Amino acid sequence: MSEVKIKIENLYKIFGSRSKELTQKVKEGVNKEELLSKYNHVLGLDDICLDIKEHSIQVVMGLSGSGKSTLIRHINRLIEPTEGTVAVDGVDITQLSKADLLEFRRNKTGMVFQRFALFPHQNILDNVQFGLSIKNLDKNDSEDKALYWIDKVGLNGFENKFPNQLSGGMQQRVGLARALATDPDILLMDEAFSALDPLIRTDMQDQLLDLQQNLNKTIMFITHDLDEALKLGDRIAILNGGKLVQDGHAEEILLNPADEYVTNFVKDVNRIKVLKIKTILNKDGKSNETGPSVKINESIENCLPIILESNSDINVLDEGNNFVGIVSKENVAAILRKS
Amino acid sequence: MNFSNFFLSFPEMSKEGLRLFKKTLDGAYRNFSREYGDTIEAVFDPVLYFLVWFEKILQNSPWPLVIVAFLLLIYYGSRSISLTISSLFAFLLIGYFGMWDDTMSTVSIIGVCTIMSIGLGIPIGILMSGSDRARAVVTPILDVMQTMPSFVYLIPVVMLLGIGKIPGLLAVIIYAIPPIIRLTDLGIREVNKEVLEAADAFGANRMQKLFRVQLPLALPTIFAGINQTIMMALAMVVIASMIGVKGLGQPVLKAITNQYFTMGLLNGLAIVALAIIFDRVSQSFGKRMQQYRAGTNE
Repeated sequence: MSEVKIKIENLYKIFGSRSKELTQKVKEGVNKEELLSKYNHVLGLDDICLDIKEHSIQVVMGLSGSGKSTLIRHINRLIEPTEGTVAVDGVDITQLSKADLLEFRRNKTGMVFQRFALFPHQNILDNVQFGLSIKNLDKNDSEDKALYWIDKVGLNGFENKFPNQLSGGMQQRVGLARALATDPDILLMDEAFSALDPLIRTDMQDQLLDLQQNLNKTIMFITHDLDEALKLGDRIAILNGGKLVQDGHAEEILLNPADEYVTNFVKDVNRIKVLKIKTILNKDGKSNETGPSVKINESIENCLPIILESNSDINVLDEGNNFVGIVSKENVAAILRKS
Repeated sequence: MNFSNFFLSFPEMSKEGLRLFKKTLDGAYRNFSREYGDTIEAVFDPVLYFLVWFEKILQNSPWPLVIVAFLLLIYYGSRSISLTISSLFAFLLIGYFGMWDDTMSTVSIIGVCTIMSIGLGIPIGILMSGSDRARAVVTPILDVMQTMPSFVYLIPVVMLLGIGKIPGLLAVIIYAIPPIIRLTDLGIREVNKEVLEAADAFGANRMQKLFRVQLPLALPTIFAGINQTIMMALAMVVIASMIGVKGLGQPVLKAITNQYFTMGLLNGLAIVALAIIFDRVSQSFGKRMQQYRAGTNE
């Protein structure tokens, strides 16, 4: 498997002047509500441990106030941790000097913001170039790079427009291009698509997945929308009250929610849309010579017509078209019934 | 009986004591100004040279050339034909009524005051915006500068530097600089926090943030401050003329003391004309700078 790119260990964040001494109380079991009512301090993150693999999309999900935006800002240290470490490529970034931190932000990370946070006084070209110009790169060079990314996100011809002349979706494309222009290893996306309307949001999600096919960045994606999380995430981490309650693949989250909070989160999800044939695969089944077949990595929903129309079992094939097992209507019914 | 007296009349400092207090303070200041007056005056020499040089250029160049130069500046600043034409008539009338030289003096002192206020005020405003402590120190000083009657601070200025252009310049700057400081501070503090965070996330250092993000976004507000500063400097012209600043203020002063109504009115109107021109030009210049906000910039 691929290497761990970002390793977060025992990360605590308490907002307020007495944060250091109150960390001990949190370790002794004081929770978010208690810390606020008794000590008037806000618990941001409570003992977060999370490994993010290279080239993967790690989604972090939670309701507002769960600490997800706080967590993502620890990766590039826009927020200083109270305790704990965040290691990127084995280097603990919480210990970086000011100058090293600037270098780290300039070269290793790119960030996309919920409300775009474009520079309103600069045109699109200058916005996309911002990260490059900060590094004092050659002007022609950075302009070429910026134009390449503007083209990549489909904003050709808008170079000289200003951000407020663009629609929300287009503005976020600029945000994405700006983050990618410095060619960072890590892409931090803080509810990047939450402010967009549903159609555009789907569009942007597809574009991100499309880009990721070739880019292979390590992406941390914050969202409060489970459908988005399931669509994008290689892994999904769920936060509640600053605590990490579960981290796993989409199927693990759906089929084995760790607690009531996660259960509530996933209960309205259309499972057969998210889950793939392989989750209901019956490996012991015999091949049905004349029957229809489906692919193992298709979603159950896509295969539903075939499964429902057939009166016999359905063959399941892997990517190389080898028989691996069967599925039946009963398997589908079982997964729907489970709650 | 003593007890009721205490409540009926305020327990004042003794007359002797008060006199001693005033005398000591006045004496100390007089000694200070005798000791250091020349040194401090020398510090301002370059400003004086610049002011005199600027005034000479305006007064000694052929008047049609000066008018054309002004009209070009006005058009460049405002992009308004009607304002440019109105300004032309205003200048012609001012010249026709014999107020050309005084007007040029006033323009030169306003110009120098504005340049110095910008040069001092913007850095102070930047400092204030970056530090709450600096703001806590500077704000009450600005309050004093704006509300203290100008005559009160004219006394020590005149004691220190005598009568002339420099004390006048100082008096005008003291009165006119607060808005540009306040609005620079405000403009920078009002810059969207999310945009600043984005600059941080891309690794911008303090200077890069200041010059690429904060100042450009604060510029329209700063420009409102410059506009206010110019207006206030013009308002001080008459008072400054009392301590020897040449310009439109002096005939006004003469008109007040001798009850020459028409003379006062004409010179007053010339000041008004200058104020309107300065105001319209700087306002529309400032407005053009924020066009990107309205999304009309193509």
